[in-house]
Amino acid sequence: MSAPVIQAEALTKRYGAALAVDNLNLTIDEGEVFGLLGPNGAGKTTTILMLLGLTEPSSGRATVAGFDPLRQPLEVKRRVGYMPDSVGFYDHLSGLANLRYTAALCGLKNVEADKRIAASLARVRLTDAAAKPVHGYSRGMRQRLAIAEILMKGASIAILDEPTGGLDPQSTREFLDLIRSLKHEGMTILLSSHLLELVQSVCDRVALFNRGRIGLEGRVDDLMRSVLGGSHVIRVEAQGADLKRVIEGAAGVAHVTETAEGFTIEAAEDVRAAVARAIIEAGGALTRLEAGHASIEDVYTRYFEGARDAA
Amino acid sequence: MRREGSALAGAGVVMMKELADNLSSARMRLLEVLVFVAGAGAVYATIGEVRNIVSEDPFVFLRIFTTAKAPLPSFVAFLGFLIPIVAIALGFDAVNSEFNRRTMSRLLAQPIYRDAMLFGKFLAGLATLAIMLTALWLFVIGLGVLLLGLPPSGEEVARAFVFLVIAVAYGGVWLALALLFSVAFRSAATAALAALSVWLLFAFFWSMLVSLAAPLIAPVDPDDVFSALHNANVVEGLSRLSPNTLFAETALAVLDPSIRALGAILSSQLEGAVKSPLPFIQSLALIWPQVTGLIACFLGLFTIAYIAFQRQEVRA
Ligand SMILES: Nc1ncnc2c1ncn2[C@@H]1O[C@H](COP(=O)(O)OP(=O)(O)OP(=O)(O)O)[C@@H](O)[C@H]1O
Ligand SMILES: [Mg+2]
Repeated sequence: MSAPVIQAEALTKRYGAALAVDNLNLTIDEGEVFGLLGPNGAGKTTTILMLLGLTEPSSGRATVAGFDPLRQPLEVKRRVGYMPDSVGFYDHLSGLANLRYTAALCGLKNVEADKRIAASLARVRLTDAAAKPVHGYSRGMRQRLAIAEILMKGASIAILDEPTGGLDPQSTREFLDLIRSLKHEGMTILLSSHLLELVQSVCDRVALFNRGRIGLEGRVDDLMRSVLGGSHVIRVEAQGADLKRVIEGAAGVAHVTETAEGFTIEAAEDVRAAVARAIIEAGGALTRLEAGHASIEDVYTRYFEGARDAA
Repeated sequence: MRREGSALAGAGVVMMKELADNLSSARMRLLEVLVFVAGAGAVYATIGEVRNIVSEDPFVFLRIFTTAKAPLPSFVAFLGFLIPIVAIALGFDAVNSEFNRRTMSRLLAQPIYRDAMLFGKFLAGLATLAIMLTALWLFVIGLGVLLLGLPPSGEEVARAFVFLVIAVAYGGVWLALALLFSVAFRSAATAALAALSVWLLFAFFWSMLVSLAAPLIAPVDPDDVFSALHNANVVEGLSRLSPNTLFAETALAVLDPSIRALGAILSSQLEGAVKSPLPFIQSLALIWPQVTGLIACFLGLFTIAYIAFQRQEVRA
């Protein structure tokens, strides 16, 4: 890991009286995949726009690839590929023509541009559709075209805002594979999402964002340990009176969250036997009891539950 | 804050793309047909009138542009109406369509400034307008040669050419207005409607408003000659706030060498003036203030559009 590629210091954005991003500090190293995670309105998009120099911060500063996005936006934008949260293309033009336009804006010469475009279209499997107008493209194809644009540009940093929004599971999986292979080639990737599995499966580090602040930041497994207190997660389905309190009373249980199906229990060790006993002794009907893997979803739920309580 | 790098890097690329879009759009096809039919109609109708005075007027060729044959207005008057419409059609969705298609943030993430985008789009519109008007101009001159059976003189061509340049500049004013509305309103329909309202105001209602307002500002006292003069000056000043008036005055003065002054003049001012055509260079001097007015109008509108666009959030 070398010098940070993306750095934010006390970055703040105010819209009138509302704070969209509040005193944000962030460091992303070269070759890292970093996930910005947070609910709607958390300030993810605003942060990204400030990093790209597309929105002026109210205070604080950012550095991207060693340049200041406010003073040297062209240098930053030459090195960064950006995929907006709802990406659009010129519908009447073909995918190829859309990329040619971007290539020209990036100052690429025709021959070089065509070579890079062909390679990047092949990489996202759009070669066959390249000559067709974009209005016939599916959501997934548009998303891939946006990735092709980033590849064609030769960007060393990719900033992807909600990259899997609206993709079906199959396309999401393909998309994740693509991100992994980009990471493998040394690209630094910043992505924002509220899709937890996505972040968990590709990101080296994540930041949990809420109301413009980073609440938690770190490697996924570290976060799980620190937020969940232990790595054992047990899922319970049972019927009975006041079960939450009953389960909490069982020996070794650290935390209980009520979910749609039942309860999620966190504990430092395997407490299934104790929980089963407690439920049955309280006269409850136990229908399911299983050890689950802790997922970032648990971190997320726990964290935002806490954030709501604090607010 | 100082920014690094050229503000206009990429403007040429944007312009070429927009120009290609403009020239191939169905909207332009329609407008071209409209403008050519109207232009050809006006010229064809006047040709009979013009033929009658071939022997009397040394600048008979230019009469094709300025003579009206009821019920049709003259070619110049037609252009005064139609150029704003073409310009509005070219510009009303220039900026907001990028937001609506959600291409704006993707484009601005490329290494260009917003300046390049606005300039590129404006220049593309102006180039489209210039191409269209030049084609129309050549067409009308060709039609004139054919129907009158005589070629225009060198000075006539020069005057007609200046007229062409003024027509493009006049289009530039309306294009800047349309661009401004395309920045100000996210909905293209609203922008178009707003621009057309302004056009309607100047094309039809301005003279009525002026004749209503002038007596209030400068009442005419029947016993006082100077009050009448003052009133005339106010009318003139107010009507020149309209780009349409500026265009009509300039076009007439450059196409009709017998016009020696614009606006109200006292007969005493004309005393001793020879009744000969004004030399070309003096016609240019005569229209210069109006041309400056058009340019100022354009600069004002474009600057407002520019500032508004710079401050706009990229987020759709
Ligand atoms: N132009 C604006 N004017 C006023 N408030 C704004 C503006 N843009 C964003 N905001 C506010 O800033 C906050 C952060 O918005 P932002 O779009 O960054 O959130 P986000 O994390 O990207 O959310 P989402 O997941 O919905 O995309 C929101 O509360 C939003 O209402
Ligand atoms: Mg967002």
